[in-house]
Amino acid sequence: MSRVVLAIDTSTSVSVAVSAGADWAMGWSDDPRGHTESVAPLMRDQLASAGVSAADVTDVVVGNGPGPFTGLRVGIVSGLVFAHARGIPVHGMCSLDVLAQQALEHVREGEFLVATDARRKEVYWARYRVDPDRPEQDRAVRLTDPAVVRPADLPEEVRSLPTAGRGPVLYPELFPEPLAVLDVSAGVLTGLALQRLDAGVDLPVEPLYLRRPDALTTAERATP
Amino acid sequence: MSTATRIAASRSTDQPLVLGLETSCDETGVGIVRGETLLVDAIASSVDEHARFGGVVPEVASRAHLEAMVPTIERATREAGVRLSDLDAIAVTSGPGLAGALMVGVAAAKSLAVALGVPLYGVNHLASHVAVDIVEHGPLPEPTLAMLVSGGHSSLLLVPDVTDDIQSLGSTIDDAAGEAFDKVARVLGLPFPGGPHIDRMAREGDRVAIDFPRGLTTGRDMERYRFDFSFSGLKTSVARWVQAREAAGEPVPVADVAASFQEAVTDVLTRKAVLACKEHGVMNLQIGGGVAANSRLRAMAQERCDAAGITLRVPRPGLCTDNGAMVASLGAQMVIKGRAPSDLALPADSSMPVTLVQA
Ligand SMILES: [Zn+2]
Repeated sequence: MSRVVLAIDTSTSVSVAVSAGADWAMGWSDDPRGHTESVAPLMRDQLASAGVSAADVTDVVVGNGPGPFTGLRVGIVSGLVFAHARGIPVHGMCSLDVLAQQALEHVREGEFLVATDARRKEVYWARYRVDPDRPEQDRAVRLTDPAVVRPADLPEEVRSLPTAGRGPVLYPELFPEPLAVLDVSAGVLTGLALQRLDAGVDLPVEPLYLRRPDALTTAERATP
Repeated sequence: MSTATRIAASRSTDQPLVLGLETSCDETGVGIVRGETLLVDAIASSVDEHARFGGVVPEVASRAHLEAMVPTIERATREAGVRLSDLDAIAVTSGPGLAGALMVGVAAAKSLAVALGVPLYGVNHLASHVAVDIVEHGPLPEPTLAMLVSGGHSSLLLVPDVTDDIQSLGSTIDDAAGEAFDKVARVLGLPFPGGPHIDRMAREGDRVAIDFPRGLTTGRDMERYRFDFSFSGLKTSVARWVQAREAAGEPVPVADVAASFQEAVTDVLTRKAVLACKEHGVMNLQIGGGVAANSRLRAMAQERCDAAGITLRVPRPGLCTDNGAMVASLGAQMVIKGRAPSDLALPADSSMPVTLVQA
């Protein structure tokens, strides 16, 4: 029997997809305040559009980020709780990997970057290479761990690679080769996750914060 | 009997089974009630993580809520012996509280509602503090006067109907009562959270040793701020008193300071609560919130209520602090009274006014 997948990513905008074989539906919202408001209505509406009920879903996939914390958590907790309530597995995927896969529409070979908005004048980023020998749904190989950085601190030869994500929109002078891929697509997330699951890859759900909370312990405050 | 008749019959006899989620501060609470009966109150607290910082760090709390959510739901259903598919409704704290923390609970509750196909009730945290006593002491007398005192709030509320009519009589104009306990504990070198430590130290001390100020209790203040509170001046006064001792090279009588400070707080709280009851002709007082666990507050409130002929209700300490049972209890009342569910697009509202019982 084929899988019915509910996919949720809130690392950039909000994107929710339901795929049930040939029937699928995807919806999104880019209201910056609206992650908490919009995820559940999008879940309900995409289930209805795909013609399935919550009980039909066999797998949940969430984007692990990195992304602004508050919004990121809304998507992850929605996916975790839905899967628990239905007694089905939940899988997690680095959201930058999804953007990299989306970028393959525009890059056919060589290396490229994904850089997304990390706020505070920083970007979340990773470096990728196109591998034409890999399956079509999973052809971008990540070369570096996801990280957070001030874009000006990246070496120029890195910054000048073709770059997907909103990094180039925010810092056009620092990322001179923008790719027309801005936000994560839950549809592409679904395809990538299914490809890796079928290949036997373990996909743990694990929020990628990449920054520690902003607070000093009482011991740290005491040290000048 | 047809399926439809059987469902109708079971609805008429069975009380609604409601799960409540609470994430407004540092406790991940999951409670389940059937009607007015508490089945389980599961809590995961991140208070130990905050202790290192000397106070609640919102981002630390939010991360802990995400980690604890599914395990706490799982524990609650297991201990209550119910399945999620048995639930009739989900209730969640939609405000007030820490924005990022609230959002984890609200998103989780919505996802549960979508996954299970049941209605969702977004409810006010303060109203839930009042409604929790229904599962402890039975139906609320109407009207009730409620005093909620914790690290986040200090309010006097007139409650004609906990599901849709709550009026604010007064609240703190600066620090919350629990916040004053935390700050004074820090001055005295006691750990966070300060309430239990001050309560314990105070038992060894003399509560009339030092005459600390009672904020907003005299003259013009009693006209303008009749049922409001102020604890910031008291906290400063304690700090000055301790500093003066230290500057003079004298030892600080920690137990006496703790007892005298605690006496000042509870004196103001109970005096205004009883006065509010009298002036509004309400013969029922309920106290809730973390500070309601304070032994001196409970004793003094009992004494003054007895003297005034007022019936006092205080839930057990575990139900006074933030928990999921209180949210489930209010949610169950919403179902019983036939209130319409909240919209699935409901927001988390960090400054939700207490007069708004349901989002
Ligand atoms: Zn509270």
